[in-house]
Amino acid sequence: MAECVECGADVALHDDLEIGEIVDCTTCGAELEVVDVNPPVLEKAPELEEDWGE
Amino acid sequence: MNVGILYSRIRKDEKLLLAELRERGHEVTKIDVRKVQFGLTEPPEIFDDVDIVLDRCLATSRSKYATQYVAAYGIPVINSPETAEVCADKAKNSLALAQAGVPTPATDVAFTKESAMESIEKFGYPCVLKPVVGSWGRLMAKLDSRDAAEAILEHKATLGHYEHKVFYIQEFVDKPGRDIRVLATDGEPVAAMVRSSDHWLTNAAKGATTEAFELDDEALELVKKASDAVGGGLLGIDLMETGDGYTVHEVNHTVEFKALTDATDVDVPAKVVDWLESKVKVEVPA
Repeated sequence: MAECVECGADVALHDDLEIGEIVDCTTCGAELEVVDVNPPVLEKAPELEEDWGE
Repeated sequence: MNVGILYSRIRKDEKLLLAELRERGHEVTKIDVRKVQFGLTEPPEIFDDVDIVLDRCLATSRSKYATQYVAAYGIPVINSPETAEVCADKAKNSLALAQAGVPTPATDVAFTKESAMESIEKFGYPCVLKPVVGSWGRLMAKLDSRDAAEAILEHKATLGHYEHKVFYIQEFVDKPGRDIRVLATDGEPVAAMVRSSDHWLTNAAKGATTEAFELDDEALELVKKASDAVGGGLLGIDLMETGDGYTVHEVNHTVEFKALTDATDVDVPAKVVDWLESKVKVEVPA
């Protein structure tokens, strides 16, 4: 469990969490990036950019 | 082996690869490209023990530059910067396919609204206008009329990044509501699926439904030729059925495969790691 940096709600996390993974806050819908796993720390995820994806 | 993973976002695809590598006892060095400074001669310290680097950058710009630097340090990198350079740009991609004799949709590149309009009128309606850089089906336009074409060209010329002023115009291929995605390693198919949708865009990212697809001899040959045309590597090759064969519209160089894993019985991450292991044996002899 970690705290959403947008709305402060608790965010449930998987056991196999990876640094760099993106999780959604189910309360406010914010996309959050996992920046540490032990203990889990979340930051607001970077915005989608035009040259992302494939 | 120690596999360096270039990333800035860990998607399900990367998690599957990380799990497979760790299960086999390989070391993994996760390299967040947002935190690295790439100097001209010496590799950053984080690359010290890696045997091979796998580029999983989500951003095309990072992928193109980071792989160039890694290769310059003499570290094997998948995919090569040459492959990334060709695949990252739809115009270069189309040119490479055509030059290799791979059937690909008729495509024009034009640099002004006026010359782009001439191409559009030549192809007739509908035709397709795509950004040269970008993915997941974003900013793709199916032009059904001259009015729509003029409006979109105006928007692109006014609002766009300079790359949006490179107009990439393509004939509309009347595919049967689906296209084919093949994941291949150096031209050898790992798995293939069809992506079906009522929408003209059939990207998995746009919500297309997927199911496994059996490649015939012609498709197998085209996958090999398309892979060779862009320099080989771990690639996603997109084909469309034309009625009397196939046309290859694109080759992707940081291919996503989670939809393919769900659609087929193939253990895609396992096959990819098998191939990576074989590359290290070839490229880093003991």
